Parts: sequence; C-alpha cells; structure tokens
Amino acid sequence: MGKKLLLANDHVPGIKNYEVYRANGGYKSVEKAIKTMSPDAVVEEVKKSGLRGRGGAGFPTGMKWSFLAKPEGVARYIVCNADESEPGTFKDRYLMSRIPHILIEGMITSGFALGATAGYIYIRGEYFYIVSILEKAIEEAYQNGWLGKNILGSGFDYDLYVQVGAGAYICGEETALLESLEGKRGNPRIKPPFPAIAGLYGCPTVVNNVETIAAVVPIINEGGEAYAAVGIGKSAGTKLISASGHINKPGVYEIEMGITVEDFIYSDEYCGGIINGRKLKAVVAGGSSVPILPADKILTTPAGEKRLMSYESLSEGGFASGTMLGSGGFIVMDETTSIVQNLHTFARFYHHESCGQCSPCREGTGWMEKILHKILDGHGTMADIELLWEIQAKIEGNTICPLGDAAAWPVASAIRHFRSEFEEFVQNPTNLKKVRHYESVNQLVSA
Amino acid sequence: MAKVTIDGKTIEVPDGTSILQAARMIGPDVAPPTMCYHSKLKTSGGYCRTCLVEVTKGSDKDPRPMPKLVASCRTNVMDGMEVGNLTSPKVVEARKGVVEFLLLNHPLDCPICDQAGECHLQDLGYDHGSAKTRTDFERRTFEKISLGDKIQLHMTRCILCYRCVKVADQITDNRVHGVLNRGDHSEISTYIEKVIDNDFSGNMIDVCPVGALTDKTFRFKSRVWFTKPVCANRNCDKCSGKVHLWYKGEEVLRVTGRKDQWGEVEEFICNTCRYDKKKTSDWEIEGPAEVNRHSVISANHYQVLKKGSEFKLNDIKPLPITEGEGS
Repeated sequence: MGKKLLLANDHVPGIKNYEVYRANGGYKSVEKAIKTMSPDAVVEEVKKSGLRGRGGAGFPTGMKWSFLAKPEGVARYIVCNADESEPGTFKDRYLMSRIPHILIEGMITSGFALGATAGYIYIRGEYFYIVSILEKAIEEAYQNGWLGKNILGSGFDYDLYVQVGAGAYICGEETALLESLEGKRGNPRIKPPFPAIAGLYGCPTVVNNVETIAAVVPIINEGGEAYAAVGIGKSAGTKLISASGHINKPGVYEIEMGITVEDFIYSDEYCGGIINGRKLKAVVAGGSSVPILPADKILTTPAGEKRLMSYESLSEGGFASGTMLGSGGFIVMDETTSIVQNLHTFARFYHHESCGQCSPCREGTGWMEKILHKILDGHGTMADIELLWEIQAKIEGNTICPLGDAAAWPVASAIRHFRSEFEEFVQNPTNLKKVRHYESVNQLVSA
Repeated sequence: MAKVTIDGKTIEVPDGTSILQAARMIGPDVAPPTMCYHSKLKTSGGYCRTCLVEVTKGSDKDPRPMPKLVASCRTNVMDGMEVGNLTSPKVVEARKGVVEFLLLNHPLDCPICDQAGECHLQDLGYDHGSAKTRTDFERRTFEKISLGDKIQLHMTRCILCYRCVKVADQITDNRVHGVLNRGDHSEISTYIEKVIDNDFSGNMIDVCPVGALTDKTFRFKSRVWFTKPVCANRNCDKCSGKVHLWYKGEEVLRVTGRKDQWGEVEEFICNTCRYDKKKTSDWEIEGPAEVNRHSVISANHYQVLKKGSEFKLNDIKPLPITEGEGS
C-alpha cells in the first residue's frame, strides 16, 4: 500500500463530522501554524514541500504564494477552485463529499499563511449536494472557533464562504472564476495583470485547486521535507487520480507519485486491469484536455523505460510521444473504443463550453466539431483530416485562456497517433453503421 | 522611455505604451490590423486576435522571446523589446487563421450590407486573408431582435468585438445591451428586447467594425462610396459637435463621428447631432474630410479646396472619370 496523506482517514466512519475529524487529528495544522509559526514560515514550508498545483498546470504552489502582492491596507483573498469540470476528473468531488473538513482546514492554514482576510470556495453548480456538506463543515468550524474573529486568540480574523457556480466549464479558468465570483459573466480576463497582483475585486488573490489546498494540511503537520520525501523528484507527494473508463475498478485513488502506469492500470490495488480481459488501446492521462496516448506510448517512455505516474515522466517526449499529468483524470480505453467517436465527444464538449470571447476558440471549436460530425456521418474526405489538423494548429497558443489549447490538444494527438482510424472512417463509410454501435474499429480492420 | 524595434524599425516610446500604439507611431506599414481594439475605449482589445505579434526578444534585461504570440493591443513594450509583425512567418500564418475564423460564420452579404466600403472586416480579409473558403457548412444565424428605431442589428455579421458594449458602459449612462449566451452562440442583445435609447447610443454604430450595427436612418439610401464626407461642426451642449456629414448631391444622408486614420472615432457625438441635424444649415462646414486614397470612398474623389473658409458646398464636384484611367 502506498502512503496516503489526504485520504488516510477516508475509512473512518463519520469522518464527515467535526468531532470525528477532530478526534483523528483534524485542525492540528491550524493550531501548529497559528500558535507556533509565522505566516512566512508557513509559505516557506510549502515551498520546501515541492507541492505543485493539482488543478492541471502543476505550477509550484509555494512560488505562486510568494508572488502574491502585499500592499499596505489592501485586502488579500484566497480562492479555492472547486469548479472541477474537466471531463474525467472527479477527485475533488470525492474529497469534499467524504472529508470536507480537510478543505476547510487547508483554507484556514493557507489563509493564515497569505494574510488573507477572507477565503472563498467557488464550487461548480452541479455539486449542489456538496454545497450543503461544505456549509455544514464551515458552520462547525465557526462554532469551534476555527473561523471568525481572533482565531485561537492570535488576532487573526478570517471568514470563509462557499459560492456556487452556474455550470460553466470556463469558470474553472482562474480569472473567469474571479469574474464569476464577482457576479459578472464568466469570461477569462486578459493577463497581465495576474490575480496575484489584481484578482478578486482588484485585490491580490491566490487561486488554488481543492487538492492543493488540502495538501497544505499534511505539509504543515509533518513538515515540508517529509512531504517532499514522498513521491519522486520534482513530483512531490501524493496525487488523487480519478480513474474511469474500461477498467475493473474505477474510482478515486490516492497514489504516491512515481508508481508505474502499468502498475496503476493492472494492479489489484488500483484499477485492477481492463474489463473482460480486453486489450488496452489508449489512455487519456490527465483529463480530456491532455493529449491521448496509445497503449505502447503510455506504458513506456521514448527512452524505452517504464512510464511513471508523475509530472515529468508522463510529459517525457513532449507532445510527440508524451502527455501531461494534468488534473489526474485517468481515462482508460480498451480495444473496442473508437478514437474518432471519442474525439467527437470531446470536441462537442469544448464547442459547448467555449466562452466566445476570442475568435479562434469561438469559431474553431465549432468548426472542428462539425468536421468530426461530418466524418462520423460518412461524408468525410482526406482533406478534412488535414483541415482538422490545421484548425487545431491555428487555435493552439493564439487564444486568451488555455481553453483553446485544451480544445486543440486532443484533436492534434488523436490525429497524430490514430490517423489510420480517421482514414478508415473516411474510406469505408459503409462500415460506419456498425462502428456507430460501439463495435471495434480494429475488429473491422482485421476482418 | 522604452526603445522598441518592430519589423526592424526602432522607436522610443514612453513606458506603458502598448506594442500596437508603438507600431502605429512608427507608421501604417508596421501597424498590426485591429478589429476589437479602439483607442478611445478603455479595456478594449484582446478579443479578436488579429493584432497578434511575435516578441522575439523580451527586453534588454530579459532577452528571452515570449513563448506564444501576444495581442499587441494589450501587451506593453519593454526597453529593448524586439517584435515581429509582418516579418514573422508565424504571425502571418496565425493572422490568416484568425481571418478565416472571423469569416467562418460571417454571411459575406457585402452586396446588401450598408457597411460595405467602410468595413474593417472587408479590409482585413483583403489584406490578410486567403482567397478561398474551406468550409461548406451552413453559416450560423440568429433570431432577429429590434433595438429601436435608430439602430439596426444584424447579429449574423457580428464578430463580437465588444466595442459597442464598452461604448454603452463608458460613454452612456445606462447599458441595456450586452452579450448573451456562450461560445459561437454568443450574441449582442438586449435583455427581453429592450429598446436602446439614450443620448449617446448612436456611437455604437460608429465603433462597430462590421455591418452588425448600422444606422436605420441611413439604411439602403446609398452605397457609402457614392457619398462625400465633409467635416462640419455645430455648437452642441452635449458633445463636441465635430462630425462628418455624408452628402449625396446636396442632401445630407447621414451624420457620423470623425474617424482617424485607423478608422477609430476621434470624438463621440450625441444622438441629436447624429439623427436630428440633417440640414446643411444646421452646421458650419469646415471642408472636405480626408479620405485614405486606398479607400473606395476616395473613388468618388472630389476637388479639395485649400481652406475651409473658402469652401462652398456647391463647389464639391466629382472629377470627370476618363475611360482607361485608374481610380
């Protein structure tokens, strides 16, 4: 069994409630930070831990915190990004619904470290049942003196609020989230200025993912160095992976970074192998936005070594033969999966979720979906595959926020690694009717 | 001060100048095209991505190039910065893509569009686009909504530059329209079909780079290249009163704000000047407006008198068009 830091007490009955959580060592990090440490020392500890943002980009959290501007007399905010909308990712939902207090505790400790006057948890609208869980947890924290005025007699005042989103993927982008939190249309802001300088209501703001903030709790409890010792290299600590797709045991797993991808998919401790003993075809390793990889490339690196579940190992080989750890949305596809159909589903999602602010993403995402639809309908041509490739190349990097990239990468990687399947769809449209009922393209090719 | 080199041409500009402004100071040869940026509107720009440029050297202090193309209208210069606009193949390629995206769902109904001849999208497509379309999908359409008796909205032509939203936010006292919906279904609309009615609403027409917002009082009266812009002013208690009158014969067909060489309004005007003063006697005529010689409007070239005071309306006569002569 790997080391568990966030879900260590997941099995304890009633851990959702304050008394049980507190009896199992809850809120110790707040006590330790407020009573024995200075805010800067907490930031220093997070820096030492090597914790990286768990929302997808993997930016070092300690460094992000140290960028926060601290002008005199201006409020500072910490915002927790619980707008977990990346297809294939459901780790935050699991954590918040099972152990809500670890997030509250992390928000208090992080808020103390940053000198924030208030914290906001921006949660996606679809998680309405978690809102009440979080609100109850916050209420309990207030009653027990962990929130409010003069926390633990230290003079530190801190309030925590839950804000519910209205169901837009784009509001998971940090500046769109801030706009939405301010009550405006959730359009990403043009950067600079970055939120660390001018974020919520124009004040310096730090936006972190749920898992990142929860990870601050074990870091303060056990020390940054102890946390850094877990995991491998620059991928320190543990990561929650949302495993889904054609596997025997889908679910949320806390893994120590550095285990092999092969182990993760096939060992009984984690995914438990592919359903019905079928063959692995492809994996989307970090949520729908990251490049899809065929079986041989996800299991081994270009250097011929076994690929590991870590930021570095998964991205080895660049986009030509690598991918990203992303938010940890691990989608496994077996040999019966049609990559083109899957890509169409992704493309439809990005088309639906584009905010429409900048032209490449607004027009390009819709265009790609239409072309994929045309190919699936049996009217595609070889030129359409080239066109798809060109469209994604013209979206990538030319948009205001990363949604453009997120829409372009799956298309690029699917064509890069599975071009023959697109060609099959174009050349044998008569076979399509069978394929549309989720029969294997591979079987058709071999037959 | 910061020294910046754009397409090999160097200029020194005050700190805080954007790359676009610096490029415009150097001249039209190196200025990137813009669709959504408007110099008189705060926080405009950044949406259309036509002004993307490549920063090949960040600054003297940090000479690393920027990893992605940047929107020149929203990126400030640094001392020693080097920028590639038309000299950068990456930029030319990306811009071609942007034009293609902007035209993807545009109806291309120029033959019946009032904006034709003074449309920024036409110019952009001509200068930076490709001649062929690569889509045969049905173009997006919207349900028609009415904005009142002054402004005509053609949502199908809109490129979502947000300029009209910023006009309503920044120079009128009450914004009643905005962007509804998301993605490629986004549309300029009023909430529950409210009429846009305030003293400065007409400026939305002037800032619209395409034919999405046109003047209902001018609609279908004439192609713009058959009209002659004349500078005029009047003593107005609401605005500067500095306008262009667009004549056809002796009749004023429409009144607009004056636009600078980049096609951006110099001073916003009120609706009284725009809609209610359409007689020559309402105005003090200054003289013919300067029109870029590449504009189709200058195909209707007329004799230019030296001084405004010597100018008489009846003296504006089209030059004789001789066969075989270029425009």
